[in-house]
Amino acid sequence: MTPIITTRFVNLFYNEFQALKNINMAILPHTVTALIGPSGCGKSSYLRLFNRMNDLIDGVSITGDIMVDGEMIYNKGIDIVELRRKVGMVFQKPNPFPKTIFENIAYGLRVNGVTDAKFISEKVEFSLHQAALWDEVKDKLKKSAFELSGGQQQRLCIARALAIEPSIILMDEPASALDPISTAKIEELIYELKRNYTIVIVTHNMQQAGRVSDHTAFFYLGELIEFGDTKEIFTNPKDKKTQNYITGRFG
Amino acid sequence: MKKFLKKAVEKTIEGVLFLSSTITTVTVVLIVFFLFREGKSLFQSSPLEEGFVLAINKENAVVDLSSNQIKNIFDQNITNWSELGGKDEPIFLFRLDDIGNYYTDEELGENLEFFPQKTNELIDKSAGIIAFFPKKSIDSNFSGKILAIENVNLYKFFSEKEWFPTAQPVAQLGVLSLILGTLWVSFGAILIALPLGLATAIYMAEIASKRVRNILKPLIELLAGIPSVVYGFFGLIVIVPQIQSLFGLPVGETALAGSIILGIMALPTIVTISEDALRTTPKEMKEASLALGANKWQTIHRVVIPFAGSGITAAAILGIGRAIGETMAVLMVTGNAAIIPHTFLEPVRTIPATIAAELGEAPQGGLHFKALFALACILFIMTIIVNLTVEYISSKRKNKTSH
Ligand SMILES: Nc1ncnc2c1ncn2[C@@H]1O[C@H](COP(=O)(O)OP(=O)(O)OP(=O)(O)O)[C@@H](O)[C@H]1O
Ligand SMILES: [Mg+2]
Repeated sequence: MTPIITTRFVNLFYNEFQALKNINMAILPHTVTALIGPSGCGKSSYLRLFNRMNDLIDGVSITGDIMVDGEMIYNKGIDIVELRRKVGMVFQKPNPFPKTIFENIAYGLRVNGVTDAKFISEKVEFSLHQAALWDEVKDKLKKSAFELSGGQQQRLCIARALAIEPSIILMDEPASALDPISTAKIEELIYELKRNYTIVIVTHNMQQAGRVSDHTAFFYLGELIEFGDTKEIFTNPKDKKTQNYITGRFG
Repeated sequence: MKKFLKKAVEKTIEGVLFLSSTITTVTVVLIVFFLFREGKSLFQSSPLEEGFVLAINKENAVVDLSSNQIKNIFDQNITNWSELGGKDEPIFLFRLDDIGNYYTDEELGENLEFFPQKTNELIDKSAGIIAFFPKKSIDSNFSGKILAIENVNLYKFFSEKEWFPTAQPVAQLGVLSLILGTLWVSFGAILIALPLGLATAIYMAEIASKRVRNILKPLIELLAGIPSVVYGFFGLIVIVPQIQSLFGLPVGETALAGSIILGIMALPTIVTISEDALRTTPKEMKEASLALGANKWQTIHRVVIPFAGSGITAAAILGIGRAIGETMAVLMVTGNAAIIPHTFLEPVRTIPATIAAELGEAPQGGLHFKALFALACILFIMTIIVNLTVEYISSKRKNKTSH
């Protein structure tokens, strides 16, 4: 199987500070990859490379090759809008727009030039089904998204990302702000979505990484220490640091 | 001992702070109290010039006249009593000075001691007369009828269009044209300042680099510190002639000139407040938009502006508030004609400009003086409405973001 995301010798600097050091990694389609590691080790920085979200920060410089779906996404002439349609993102804190539930989901379609009302409303319903939120919100689509609970808001954000039919979904600690029941729902959802999407998820929760992911990457101080099968990493880590981290000795 | 001293200092500071806030509160209450007391006394006054009366023939069926009717009589727009519900009789105007046309100096006496008697005689024999003369010259055997003049009332004050407080024999106190003039100029100002200010705020909050922003922000704040006469001069020398030649007008002092000047003056308020509102948009929300393939402009238009919407509204209303109260600059460029404007290219007169221009020539305690106080009350109420609206909007905004 050819990888859908490949990074070769990737370095990332915030001005002088090097946040990522020589990262080589390949992510296969229709898998869930967990990025773990102590706070500040560069997980978010790495994740945000794939939809070029780091571009927004002043003083960022990036070297190395990053290939998504066969394209070198940091080459000149790359259509960032196109890339971001392909690579959806879910953030740590639920961040719905100050709009109705319906308009939140329709947003990605509208900004990408879709005007067909029938198509949009079908897509909204479909995405809400996918995110297992439809039954809870079907009667209040015209209500503000802020009226939902935190867990519902996060599933709304997932539905919002799904509506533009990405092939990859990046999730940066998507359940860290949620209660256990909402977390379980999100995990279930990730499991469901794996069939059609490639998912990369940052998490601080070891159990969660173990439950949802096929592969796990352990980062430490900007370096990729170990990357492999999740079972393998959790039961038989090759590196001492990995072992210390997953057994909770630091982090 | 040291402890005691510390306590004493604390108590003193507390006392000073308490006193300061009390003084502030009392001052505000006093200002409001005096303003409204003076303003209210207008409505217990007669619009007729003080110390004078209007008298008619005793056969005349008319008993009272409104100030507007009196004005029309003396302007000779109404020339027959039948128009006022009386008999078909031409109106005969008689003012104090006219007495010489009817009686010789000898008949009136050396010190005009026969004036009351002769006036009475004249009123008695002329069926259509309306006489305007001093109260103290009413004859002891007066056989005419003194007209009842209704006091200035609130309804007339607001609905009459004419503002001519020194008119004789009755003052014309209609504030409608002044209120409308104020609103016209203020809304015109917002029409100019809001797009410009919002664009500047968006540029500063979302686009400009830190360096550009650091130059721009103090510049805009400087705009707020320029005295309003300076704006007035600028308007008079630059904007007024431009408007005059651009639209081919007889005079350039127009509502438009006032709106432009006020628009510039309201800019700092609008820019600062709406920039603050735009900046409160959470970074995550903007990132979510960009991550969905929206470009910068779409993000600003569809996420940042809606999120800051109530803040921007508050900025606009505060800008209006700034414009409503502004005096000097407006006085200098609007032409100050107390007429109801129909286009922005006509002269107008605002409430604050009226007060500033007329207070100097209005005798203290007189009708005109009271009328200006009543104007100040209206201005005060307009400002309160503006402030309450802003308060309401920002309280709603807090509810929204507390989520
Ligand atoms: N915008 C930025 N400017 C400068 N340095 C940054 C910036 N963002 C992150 N960093 C630094 O880069 C390093 C990696 O940050 P990153 O956010 O990728 O860590 P993380 O692994 O996601 O941490 P966490 O688990 O706390 O989210 C940290 O040392 C951080 O201080
Ligand atoms: Mg992070």
